[in-house]
Amino acid sequence: MYTYDTYDQAMVDARVAEFRDQITRRIAGEMTEDQFKPLRLMNGLYLQLHAYMLRVAIPYGTLDSRQMRMLAHIARTYDRDYGHFTTRQNIQYNWIKLEDCADILEELATVEMHAIQTSGNCIRNISSDQYAGAAADEVTDPRPWAELLRQWSTFHPEFSYLPRKFKIAVIASPEDRAAMRLHDIGLELIRQDGALGARVFVGGGMGRTPMIAPEINPFVKADDLLSYLEACLRVYNRYGRRDNIYKARIKILIHEIGADAYRRQVATEFAHVKTLGIDPPLAELERIAAFFAPPAYDAANVEPDRTDPDFAVWLDQNVKPHKQAGYAIVNISLKPIGGIPGDATSAQIDVMADLAEKYSFDELRVTHAQNIVLPYVAKRDLYAVWHALRDAALADANLDLISDIIACPGLDYCSLANARSIPVAQKIATRFADMDRQRDLGELKLKISGCINACGHHHAGHIGILGVDKKGVENYQLTFGGSGAEDVSIGKIIGPGFDEDGVVDAVEKATEVYKALREGDERFLDTYRRVGLEPFKEAIYG
Amino acid sequence: MVEFRYRTDEVTEQPSVTLDAFLDQSNATAVRLEPDDDARALIPFLDRLTLIEVAFPKYRDGRGYSAARILREAGYQGELRAQGDVLVDQIAFMRRCGFDSFAPESSLNPDAVARALAHYDHAYQGAADAVVPIWKLRHG
Amino acid sequence: MKLLTGNDLGSGAVTWWTGNGWSIHVEDAADVGEHGEAILHAEEGARRVNAPYIIDALPTEDGPRPAHIKDRIRALGPTVRTDLTLKPADPAAGDWII
Ligand code: HEM
Ligand code: SF4
Repeated sequence: MYTYDTYDQAMVDARVAEFRDQITRRIAGEMTEDQFKPLRLMNGLYLQLHAYMLRVAIPYGTLDSRQMRMLAHIARTYDRDYGHFTTRQNIQYNWIKLEDCADILEELATVEMHAIQTSGNCIRNISSDQYAGAAADEVTDPRPWAELLRQWSTFHPEFSYLPRKFKIAVIASPEDRAAMRLHDIGLELIRQDGALGARVFVGGGMGRTPMIAPEINPFVKADDLLSYLEACLRVYNRYGRRDNIYKARIKILIHEIGADAYRRQVATEFAHVKTLGIDPPLAELERIAAFFAPPAYDAANVEPDRTDPDFAVWLDQNVKPHKQAGYAIVNISLKPIGGIPGDATSAQIDVMADLAEKYSFDELRVTHAQNIVLPYVAKRDLYAVWHALRDAALADANLDLISDIIACPGLDYCSLANARSIPVAQKIATRFADMDRQRDLGELKLKISGCINACGHHHAGHIGILGVDKKGVENYQLTFGGSGAEDVSIGKIIGPGFDEDGVVDAVEKATEVYKALREGDERFLDTYRRVGLEPFKEAIYG
Repeated sequence: MVEFRYRTDEVTEQPSVTLDAFLDQSNATAVRLEPDDDARALIPFLDRLTLIEVAFPKYRDGRGYSAARILREAGYQGELRAQGDVLVDQIAFMRRCGFDSFAPESSLNPDAVARALAHYDHAYQGAADAVVPIWKLRHG
Repeated sequence: MKLLTGNDLGSGAVTWWTGNGWSIHVEDAADVGEHGEAILHAEEGARRVNAPYIIDALPTEDGPRPAHIKDRIRALGPTVRTDLTLKPADPAAGDWII
């Protein structure tokens, strides 16, 4: 894992001091809320429904046990004993006091963590593949690149007042586990003639106008990448719309001028920017990459004993192949049946930290599906890990199944919401609680957002649910056919909305149609794509 | 009114003209850029200009940061002034983009500005100022 | 009736204007009638409240109840964590919210 040097530490420490100063000026009345808001947002501090909410960055979703324990400590000390892991691989605390905020950031800084640029119209936390460094199919480890981007984007003087927020994802596998093309910029690292570089996709996003990012450049060399991104952002900063907040994302600029025109403008800007010498030498990427060297694997390859049937189910569902023989990737589900997707108590966070320290070379990952990963577990330890997880109510074997629901906080916490998301997730998970039933349905990604901002990725759900406000009453629209993976697509609304129970029934009917029509080992999504909407509509509305 | 100036030469007395007016008659030495003006239109004339004023009608509108860098990258040496809704906590970024004078609409506390400018000893990325980026310090 | 609500600047807690101060209990809220805007500006200026706004509400036997579900949830706490609401010991406390 990356470790701060004195420069990195000084930057984060200075940020804490700066924000402490800003909070003092706000509390003393030297700043209005309107002036303070962008500053607190750049430090991840929102004002939400019940209190301030603090979003802490987990850069590219990677953290160690010391950092994980700090997250538990903050939940216990400054919040109400839990945190919410988000689709952007961050953690949110829902009950933070403004007065405590500088102290919290100071504590985070002692373990090389921060809340820098987790909100605001700037370059946000860089997201990546939760299996980075462990995935069998990766071309290279994307995390050194993500760290390089983290540093480049931190306090970027030109791009801190962009037209709108800006999200970048980096992956290095043909399988996309990070919804890469639904980001403002998606980078897929590839090798061309032996050299590493990136395919660059620009202009994806969700929100009220979901779009899949078009490819803007098929190959940007590693040592040109920062100049190229600088050019991409400069064109956006200068020409992105600022007249309408709903049209300010880069996807709208690219949609309006066309990918070709944007590509040409970036090429011209890049030719100029490249002369400025802003690209670090490859030695800097190598310096960073050295921190992500593979851990000291044990050569023994001991297959786990599958006689315990519950353990075997968990193995099949939540444990994924590793690039190193004898090792496996463990997914910890934060989706207990009837629970709140993505929430974990401080005690659970501590358990996960302990397990990482003992069994996963001290590393954890946060996934965009709001789960946690232990990326380097020896197969011989899997049974012990499972046992410990079960004792902490963290052993649900439902990864990628219908109850592994992504849900935004919705109207229970979010001031922008139209409807609650969490109760819908709870009801659906409860309806499908039977594990055999879930496993029979197979991979089925269900995603719920409480409003059109789409924080719950509903556009990318095989089944998506969107909360709307129908004359003051919560109402839910269903979409089918979305995907955030390499077969990326945007879901389509199937028809009129439902009330809370109605949407649960509709989801159940859809699964029955799927079961009746599926061929071979088709997933729900495949069947839907083959047969189209009609049979589903008929069953649901007919 | 210019409240903060980080240059030692004389202040230009000439009032600044709009970009369109400048491109029409072009004997002025001071120009004012609005957010949607293209700073690159000034590039052929930079050595004649002593003041470029960049307007920030709303602090949230960050186009002026790009305008400033573009002008500095093209070699502009004269005064580069940020005018308008300029806030304490933006001045450090503006300095990095090449601004060297500030005319905030509502007056700023000089101590707060000095503190804001002193918070960071280093920067991660190269920009229009003389700060050596951290990666360069790391690799000599 | 009209209520004035906002969040406490320091703690962020949801607060309600009572006629002479702020309370975290919606039952204490006072009808601000036509005076909402004036009180809002004075209180915000004095930093006794953050992000204040005026809402519609209905008087009931148990006190004022906000007209919109969002403000009803604000008044008590998250419906999915009754243990974290203002009345954690009373399971029926949220019956009027939805
Ligand atoms: C509770 C406080 C939150 C607020 C106020 C909030 C606000 C927003 C807004 C306004 C947008 C739309 C931006 C746009 O389209 O330009 C958005 C998008 C998004 N948010 Fe949130 N959000 C919150 C929580 C979350 C959480 C908990 C997650 C993760 C579970 C999340 C992840 C995202 C994602 C992935 C997007 C979509 C990005 C895109 O449009 O491409 N947000 N959020
Ligand atoms: S989707 Fe809407 S309701 Fe859900 S967290 Fe985002 S802004 Fe809030």
